[in-house]
Amino acid sequence: MVASDAKMAAQEWSVWYGATQALRAITLDILPREILGIIGPANSGKTSFLRSLNRMGELNPRFRCAGRIWLDGKDLYQGLDSQQVRCRVGIVFALPLPLPLSIRENVVYGPRVRGIRDRRRLDQLLEQSLRAASLWDEVKDRLDLPAMRLSGGQQQRLCIARTLAMEPEVILFDEPCSGLDPISTAKVEETMVQLKSRYTMVLVTNNTKQAARVSDRVAFFLMGELIELDRTGVMFTTPRDSRTNDYLTGRFG
Amino acid sequence: MRWRQAREWVIEQLIRASGISSIVMVVLIFAFLLKEGLAVFQTVPLGDFLAGQRWYPISEPPRFGILPLLCGSALVTGGAALLSVPLSIASALCISEIAKGWAKEALKTGIELFAAIPSVVLGFIGVTVLAPLIRQAFHLPTGLTALTGSITLAFMAMPTIVSITEDALSAVPRGYREAAVALGATRWQMMTRVLLPAAASGIVAAVMLGVGRVIGETMAVMMLTGNAAVIPHSLLQPVRTLTATIAAEMGETVRGSDHYSALFAIGIVLFAISFSINLVADLFLHRTRAR
Repeated sequence: MVASDAKMAAQEWSVWYGATQALRAITLDILPREILGIIGPANSGKTSFLRSLNRMGELNPRFRCAGRIWLDGKDLYQGLDSQQVRCRVGIVFALPLPLPLSIRENVVYGPRVRGIRDRRRLDQLLEQSLRAASLWDEVKDRLDLPAMRLSGGQQQRLCIARTLAMEPEVILFDEPCSGLDPISTAKVEETMVQLKSRYTMVLVTNNTKQAARVSDRVAFFLMGELIELDRTGVMFTTPRDSRTNDYLTGRFG
Repeated sequence: MRWRQAREWVIEQLIRASGISSIVMVVLIFAFLLKEGLAVFQTVPLGDFLAGQRWYPISEPPRFGILPLLCGSALVTGGAALLSVPLSIASALCISEIAKGWAKEALKTGIELFAAIPSVVLGFIGVTVLAPLIRQAFHLPTGLTALTGSITLAFMAMPTIVSITEDALSAVPRGYREAAVALGATRWQMMTRVLLPAAASGIVAAVMLGVGRVIGETMAVMMLTGNAAVIPHSLLQPVRTLTATIAAEMGETVRGSDHYSALFAIGIVLFAISFSINLVADLFLHRTRAR
């Protein structure tokens, strides 16, 4: 089932918070340079799965897990160190939350904690990441302003730029547009599609239309289980499972 | 209906009166201080009072120079701040970020209980335990030094600084911590580069309030610092603070004499210092809220 050319793969992956099981033996693979959409109703385990992929889940002291997750064939939870994992697998959160620093400092925060001190290298990363997040033209004249002054959509693209500056291999998006207006949403989606040529991405979203617009393949989660995984066109036209069909047609969720 | 309105009116006026009375009290206290204290400046000019190097209130003629006392207060307070600020911030970080479950609760309650120890008890422990230790450690003629006072006062400032700093740290959104960790920061990098700067204004306010408590402290410093009114040159000398001077000498002065009003003038100076410290703390606290 796990393809050998997968960028990341989960094998029988289960997660508990205390006594509550959040994920039940998920097995799926994430292909290089694809956008994998994950959809499903609230409490279906989408976010738990996403946070497992860069070891953010374990920040919760009640987190327990079983099974394995691979990154380039290496065991994420045994072969790699958590800081290293988080540098290679970046995440963009639901709420745009810039650190209380300037725009510039927000973007170069990741490279800095990794130990990059060279001013020119940092400036180069700054421009390159802001350009990639389609924010450069809007902020290039006010890089030293507090990031809090930006609008919601700009803040979210700043958070994307901040993740890109770490030069990750995989980017996780946790409902990146849930707090944004339609125009900002369109801009963030556009950015994601542009990034596809260089990064592997996983997008968790409550918005099935967004998954249809952006992703190459879609996984449907329900009550902690993976119900169906298929190419986006197939999933949205001829879902195999009746529960997927019910969710997509709006019968629940 | 009429009766209910009348009752409302009475209650409202009562609340207003209690609010105003607290302001009136402060103003009256300040006015009283000024009235009793300003008289001294008829015999001693303000410059000589603040910068005079000799405090000989009962010599003939008397000398009322409070510079040694200002230095004593500054030295003891500075020493206490130097000791308590790093320690308190570290304990606050430990309580809010590292300790979990019952350990966290126990630490929090413990630190708050610390605030409940009367200062005279701490002074007592200082005299019997700390002073002999310091005398032996540094081979001094007496263990009653500025350092002894600083160490004891550091413990008195800690509960204030720890609990306000801890509040400031808890008020930092969880998202900041997650964002920093997601960007590859270690826990230590997250604390020093994100958490502490984000809570900075609250921490400054905490330090100011702690220092305010130390400056105003009287009993323990009187017991521990040796009370020699000379300009100190090191932490290992006896010093006398502004507060200890008032407490020690007030009982022996003649009401209305120059000495009496000089002590009140010291009170004015103390008031001014505490007021400015509280003001700075307040400004920082408001800056936090405004953000």
